[in-house]
Amino acid sequence: MDILNALVAFLNFVFIPGLTYGAQLALGALGVTLIYGILRFSNFAHGDTMAFGTMVTILVTWWFQSIGITAGILPTALLALPFGIAATAALVLATDKAVYQFYRRQKASPTILVIVSMGVMFVMNGIVRLIIGVDDQNFADGGRFLISAGEFKSATGLAEGLAIKGTQAVTVITAFVVVAALFWFLQKTRTGKSMRAFSDNEDLALLSGINPDRVVQVTWILAAALATIAGVLYGLDKSFRPFTYFQLLLPIFAAAIVGGLGSPLGAIAGGFVIAFSEVVLTYAWKKVVTYVLPESLAPDGLLQLMATDYKFAVSFAILILVLLFMPTGLFKGKSF
Amino acid sequence: MSKNAKLFLGVAVLYLATGLLISWNQALFILNFALVSAIMALGVNIQWGYAGLFNTGIMGFAALGGLSVALVATPPVREAWAAGGTGILAGLGIGLATLAAGITLWKRMVPGRNRALALTLVLLAGFVIFRMVFDPAVTAVEAVNPSVSGNLGGLGLPVLLAWPLGGLLAALAAWGIGKTALGLRSDYLAIATLGIAEIIVAVMKNEDWLARGVKMMNVQQRPWPVPFEVDLQANPTFLNLANSLGFDPVTGSSILVKLTYMAMILAVLAGIIWLSERALNSPWGRMMRAIRDNEDAARAMGKDVTRRHLQVFILGSALAGVAGAILTSMDGILNPGTYQPLRFTFLIWVMVIIGGSGNNWGAVLGSLLIGWLWLIVETLGPTVMSGITAGMADGPLKAHLVDSAQHMRLLTMGVILLLVLRFSPRGLIPEK
Amino acid sequence: MAEPFLIGEAMTGGYGGADILHSCTIAVEKGEIAVIVGPNGAGKSTAMKAVFGMLKLREGHVRLDGEDITALTPQARVAKGMGFVPQTHNIFPSMTVEENLEMGAFIRTDDFADTVAQVFDLFPILKTKRNQPAGELSGGQRQQVAVGRALMTRPKVLMLDEPTAGVSPIVMDELFDRIIEIARTGISILMVEQNARQALEIADKGYVLVQGANRFTDTGKALMADPEVRRSFLGG
Repeated sequence: MDILNALVAFLNFVFIPGLTYGAQLALGALGVTLIYGILRFSNFAHGDTMAFGTMVTILVTWWFQSIGITAGILPTALLALPFGIAATAALVLATDKAVYQFYRRQKASPTILVIVSMGVMFVMNGIVRLIIGVDDQNFADGGRFLISAGEFKSATGLAEGLAIKGTQAVTVITAFVVVAALFWFLQKTRTGKSMRAFSDNEDLALLSGINPDRVVQVTWILAAALATIAGVLYGLDKSFRPFTYFQLLLPIFAAAIVGGLGSPLGAIAGGFVIAFSEVVLTYAWKKVVTYVLPESLAPDGLLQLMATDYKFAVSFAILILVLLFMPTGLFKGKSF
Repeated sequence: MSKNAKLFLGVAVLYLATGLLISWNQALFILNFALVSAIMALGVNIQWGYAGLFNTGIMGFAALGGLSVALVATPPVREAWAAGGTGILAGLGIGLATLAAGITLWKRMVPGRNRALALTLVLLAGFVIFRMVFDPAVTAVEAVNPSVSGNLGGLGLPVLLAWPLGGLLAALAAWGIGKTALGLRSDYLAIATLGIAEIIVAVMKNEDWLARGVKMMNVQQRPWPVPFEVDLQANPTFLNLANSLGFDPVTGSSILVKLTYMAMILAVLAGIIWLSERALNSPWGRMMRAIRDNEDAARAMGKDVTRRHLQVFILGSALAGVAGAILTSMDGILNPGTYQPLRFTFLIWVMVIIGGSGNNWGAVLGSLLIGWLWLIVETLGPTVMSGITAGMADGPLKAHLVDSAQHMRLLTMGVILLLVLRFSPRGLIPEK
Repeated sequence: MAEPFLIGEAMTGGYGGADILHSCTIAVEKGEIAVIVGPNGAGKSTAMKAVFGMLKLREGHVRLDGEDITALTPQARVAKGMGFVPQTHNIFPSMTVEENLEMGAFIRTDDFADTVAQVFDLFPILKTKRNQPAGELSGGQRQQVAVGRALMTRPKVLMLDEPTAGVSPIVMDELFDRIIEIARTGISILMVEQNARQALEIADKGYVLVQGANRFTDTGKALMADPEVRRSFLGG
């Protein structure tokens, strides 16, 4: 029995990947939940908004690299991120003006807005594919590993290595900073509070003199920033492919709904619930279990509950379970 | 002439122009694609237009239709059945039995910790037994001649049977999905069905024993009475005909095959439209619309809304299954990788909304128009783009632009959808 | 007689379709309490909403301190010194009591700490619950938050749409006491009430509406004394 090695293997293959992926999903889900809270519809174009922001960031990253600007040990993409956010914010604000505003004035039903967001999804998807194509793009640079498996092994003398990729560390730290900043904004600033008020009770917010157009604008800018950051972190950690980002819609929505649509705290919790469930259910536990159990009981199979390709099924199953048994989510939805 | 007739005439002109200016082969190819899409669009229309159900999982049901083609028409692989057929069937049986036991348990037992515990135990035990029976069987089956089969194969029946059976398979799946997800709010239902479709396609990609997964599966059978082109080209009657009418036998055979398909699809489509129109104008159809327009009022009047929704969900999904089966039998190959939500789900939605949701003729018109646009851009896009970029120096940018011209169609679809939603939200042929 | 501080004069209009109000007049003097009573469906709330600009008038005018405000939006009327407490959905449930007050003062650019203090003086319970989400408070406390929120703009007129709906009689008496207290600070009160008897007791002026038109208008005391009003609207 070798608890220590089992623990390291667990950290290496389950905890750290889950934490990283969870942070990415949480950021994505925050964007979805903000839009739902303020604009009151499920934005199907969110995955493609992420793709757009990431694409701009990648293009700027390449440009920086070509003129010799890098961020040293950090990925150059972090320097390019503000440009990606600015471009995405401009795009979604223009989209709001050209598309959503009309339906808002009409007080169209949320379902109509979802369909409208489908149209926006097509357009954004087309733009991204047109500009950068459909292929995988890898744009991570900077330090590969914070701790490499080899270093860890030689430092601790354990058989199992613990590797922390630079991008994983960047993801978790960035996500933490972004979430802290967002909550500070929502809880402490006048604009943030007015957004919460608007989400809570739109009519009363109007009566109190809160400017709805401004609330909506700020919401879009925040959503664009969150989507871009989530997309860039995901792309750094894995890789960028437009279609993958469209598919992320499912786990992201699952995270937002599981947490309770409209609740930022819920979005974060939901992100981690979905991410850890996916990793735990699709990880082959053989390695960890072999360390814990005596040799005679060593498992034959991989002890993998589900093939990795079925990770969507995990998001989906959790989504359905939560919707059936806890329809407002873990944190009561529709409130900040 | 009525406005609707003019619209259909306009679309007909598009196809004729395609035939005259590009090729008849191309025009028919697009037409067949559009007609099959029309079947799916009618399915969406029944669900959304009649009942207001927001199903974004059309792709999954179409994929099941495609799967039925492989399962019906390909010959069975005897060695594979011998190696693991019973194991797989038993495994699936155990899986279903576990689910059934879980559901019964949930319904019968008193809510509380004991019920949760019992349910968890049943599901866990069922899962372990399922894997113990299922996994070795799958390994055995997939080891049988993996380069050409590695699957159980099909029933070796006429492929035409796969069309209704594809509908049936999709209907069965829709029943299961509807039972769990139909109570959900519309945007949740959309997310749920989107997820279901991805899962169905993931299963088809990964379960090689079923239909070879991403290794794809050829269906070397055509639905009666569609001939093979090579047979036609060897047929003296056909050659004589080609000779006397003065057309090229190779092109001619391809066109004849497409025409035969077209006639068959038209027959299916006509049947569906007829039934669907009858249903729409029957008391059932009026009740459906009443439910769509005011669910609470309909419920208060004693209508079983949940049951009606399930009915409509199954019917619409079955149509998607039929269409999926037709497409795969036309392609002659089942490739799960081709199932893309943009193409199989959202494009169909665009067709319905642009045509006019709630109106069957609108859905058909939308399919013909959008189907044409979708494929014509594929053909013409690179040409047009080369024309636009003709003045540019050859280089990576030009090459990139010409290459990515086909992505223009996503953009175009999106813009069209947004314009129609904004300026003509009821579509080209609005609901009566 | 000089014109009342706030008057909705000969108001006629409805929500698009048929008119609900028929030449209905509602007014309130400075620092006084005016109460609108009447049977269900008489258009009491509609009259109030018309005064506040939430309903388009076909005929008639609304004047505040002599100024015609008929064309102004509700938001603009808030800026002019009118406060409105809707009957339901009148708080921000997930925000704390203090944040609710802060949102009430959203249009103010000056320091409103003293106004918060005044509201807390008026409703001491709110001070102890200042950091609790308003949605978690009891019905009566929520009404206090709602009134407090409306007071944050330091309105000259406070309009209350059935402030005592759904609260216990004890809480109702307490709320009425507070409303009298608010009126004493010089704020005019215009309110719609279901509990006609208690409301008329504290009213300087009472309006009995029937089918969107004025039926009786007099001081609260006089209406209470009027046998016909008693018989028809106060249950004997």
